[in-house]
Amino acid sequence: MAVELCEAVVQAAADGTAVQIQGGNSKAFYGRETAGRVLAVSGHSGVVDYEPSELVVTVRTGTAVSALEAALAREGQMLAFEPPRFGDAATVGGVVASGLSGPRRPYCGAVRDFVLGARIINGRGEHLRFGGQVMKNVAGYDVSRLMVGALGTLGVITEVSFKVLPVPVRDATLRMALPADLAIQRMNEWAARPLPISGTCHTNGELYVRLSGSESGVAAAVNRLGGDAVDDAAFWESLREQRLDFFTAQTPLWRVSVPPAVPPLAIEGEWLTEWGGAQRWLKSPLAVETIREQVAAAGGHAILFRGGDRSGPVFHPLPQPLLALHQRLKNAFDPGRLFNPGRLYEGV
Amino acid sequence: MSHSDKPLDPPSLAERDALAREFQRWLPAEAVLHQPEQLRPYECDGLSAYRRLPLVVVLPDTVEQVQQVMRYCAAQGIPVVARGAGTGLSGGALPLSNGVLLSLTKFTRVLDIDPVNRTARVQPGVRNLAISEAVAALDLYYAPDPSSQIACTIGGNVAENAGGLHCLKYGLTVHNIIRLQVVTVDGELVTIGADSLDSPGYDLLALMTGSEGMLGIIVEVTVKLLAKPESAKLIMASFDHVEKAGDAVGAIIASGIVPGGLEMMDNPATRATEDFVHAGYDTDAAAILFCELDGVPEEIDDDLERVKQVLDQNGCTRIRIARDESERQLFWSGRKSAFPAVGRISPDYYCIDGTIPRKQIGFVLTRIAQLSEEYGLRVANVFHAGDGNLHPLILYDGNQPGEFERTEELGARILEACIEVGGTITGEHGVGVEKIDQMCVQFAPAELRQFHALKEAFDPHRLLNPGKAVPTLARCAEFRAMHVHGGELKFPELERF
Repeated sequence: MAVELCEAVVQAAADGTAVQIQGGNSKAFYGRETAGRVLAVSGHSGVVDYEPSELVVTVRTGTAVSALEAALAREGQMLAFEPPRFGDAATVGGVVASGLSGPRRPYCGAVRDFVLGARIINGRGEHLRFGGQVMKNVAGYDVSRLMVGALGTLGVITEVSFKVLPVPVRDATLRMALPADLAIQRMNEWAARPLPISGTCHTNGELYVRLSGSESGVAAAVNRLGGDAVDDAAFWESLREQRLDFFTAQTPLWRVSVPPAVPPLAIEGEWLTEWGGAQRWLKSPLAVETIREQVAAAGGHAILFRGGDRSGPVFHPLPQPLLALHQRLKNAFDPGRLFNPGRLYEGV
Repeated sequence: MSHSDKPLDPPSLAERDALAREFQRWLPAEAVLHQPEQLRPYECDGLSAYRRLPLVVVLPDTVEQVQQVMRYCAAQGIPVVARGAGTGLSGGALPLSNGVLLSLTKFTRVLDIDPVNRTARVQPGVRNLAISEAVAALDLYYAPDPSSQIACTIGGNVAENAGGLHCLKYGLTVHNIIRLQVVTVDGELVTIGADSLDSPGYDLLALMTGSEGMLGIIVEVTVKLLAKPESAKLIMASFDHVEKAGDAVGAIIASGIVPGGLEMMDNPATRATEDFVHAGYDTDAAAILFCELDGVPEEIDDDLERVKQVLDQNGCTRIRIARDESERQLFWSGRKSAFPAVGRISPDYYCIDGTIPRKQIGFVLTRIAQLSEEYGLRVANVFHAGDGNLHPLILYDGNQPGEFERTEELGARILEACIEVGGTITGEHGVGVEKIDQMCVQFAPAELRQFHALKEAFDPHRLLNPGKAVPTLARCAEFRAMHVHGGELKFPELERF
């Protein structure tokens, strides 16, 4: 299958036709509109190598995320960055290309923190291997991590090695009624203490905190933090998959990334705050510029995550020297500008 | 062939003087070194077997001066090698005789500590340990702790993606920084990453980390600070065979525990360090394993019992648990000073940095022992067992003719054994000049071409640390030709491209 993918890329390069790389098509809503012939990767599936004692799994990118997670769960392990799937069809390739992480991210790391190696097909149709299956590897530039969040604009990712982690023995969720400003303050105070926190979310005037670890470790932390212990594993799954009521509206949904302790921003709209304050979701009809200006002033950036104008600047604009660098990097990997043109930025 | 591969005529004194005068027009006189005796301290980094005098050394102390140096060098086509404390072990900061050595040692200020967002913004010349010291009162610390942390600088840590004793649980440099200020080859100042957890666009932060000074000059680093673990316990376990110790490492991890540190030393390393620090190590053991558990005390107690069980099941002969904090520090002190300790029992030593899948530890150690015998050179092994990152130390005497060359060859063969079992030639020390030939073994020509294309996106004229980290295809062709003896490949089992 990898050979066929390479051939398809070589053909596209010869024809000068753009390709849209597609796994499960579960994140088609994300990023800018793009055009081109569909290059389906979902047939390129299966676990290549998995040794639980190495904490490493190598998997073809067409593999369904749910299938990979099931294989890991059988060994008591997990993708610790809890990637949102947004549908059963979601593939591993989409997880890497979108670079989206779930509730555990601020406490454990993002997709990019768990990528150890990748194989990619570049715009010349060459199948290349970077990084590896070991925890530490500084041979050559870190091309594997560069693929994370690049939305397929630099190459077709065909195989990825992830570091995996044991599933915690115990999880507990605490809930407490707090206004947003105090909730953000509290989340940051806790993060500066050695507590086994694995998720935080403030929505509808309530702060949810998840603790994960050993029986005794979690029990001790529950005692220290107080609040109501709720049996609510489903809450974190709904948050991760954006199935909470907050996410169902038709208003454009913004993802706002700011330094975690930034107080609530005075931008009109409805807010849901997670990641200890570092990731905030905003439902707002306000103009793109108005939102971005205020977010940037707080030291952050804003992505038009769902809805709105998908042909405009969906991702926060880059300063000119960085945009130029992005264009040169694109050119270094994909000189014919074949892959997902414009999905990330115009001209990239 | 890139210009860096061309043999260079040694620069004349007049050339040095002329360039120095040029820099002195806008840098303080004392920030420009050009007399050979002034240049001597910069002739090598921690890999002292490679030495070369730079054309001149500049020591700017403002970002604007760095920009000016880069603008001038870019306009004149002069290569630039950036350098921090010079503790690197792969010759990444080895000067070029036709190039400027840009020292960042004057950038020693901690610019800002943000206790609420748990970050510190520091200049690149700040020492690794100094960051943790600066925030200790807040019960925070900077996690990556390379064994040179007293001396090495954060700028160098970023350039090499430095690791340390605790990266299995807390990650490498790449996992612990959020933002960089970088001066490009043209002297432009760009921000990479952000004060938030992510930034728009490509993950240039990951790309810069470990790029060995080939993509830009790092002039500011914002690091993440973590809450100090409430407590930590260190277990020291003896084994009568290295393979058993290797198996125990895999078994601990398979049991679902991620220790804060998981380190190993073989008998020669244990003996050398015991003589040096008198930590009470078991010098009869074939290998000792250090397993540190950290977190909330309740959790540590649970995990401690499980680890003891796993160690017993894997044939450990003796277990000691550090009684208190000072004993814990004492046990660690030997592991942290393994390099100088080995330096006392041999005139010279050469440190290797291969990383392998953990399950191959026993196999590779046996292979190293065979190679050690074949080359008649002693090898002491210390390593980050939890990460599968080996640091075999080859003991040699540089005054014996031919012994360094044999050492290098032995080192190369150890690295090739690492690649053979699915590992890599460098876990945390970087490629530099040292392992550049082994890059030809680890990567195919198309991959190397991709690296060069990437580099040119940042540095089209290849002025930043040229000749390091990524070999030219011509060099690899020569290297492969040298590896063929009598029509036979030295490692017929390796894939060739």
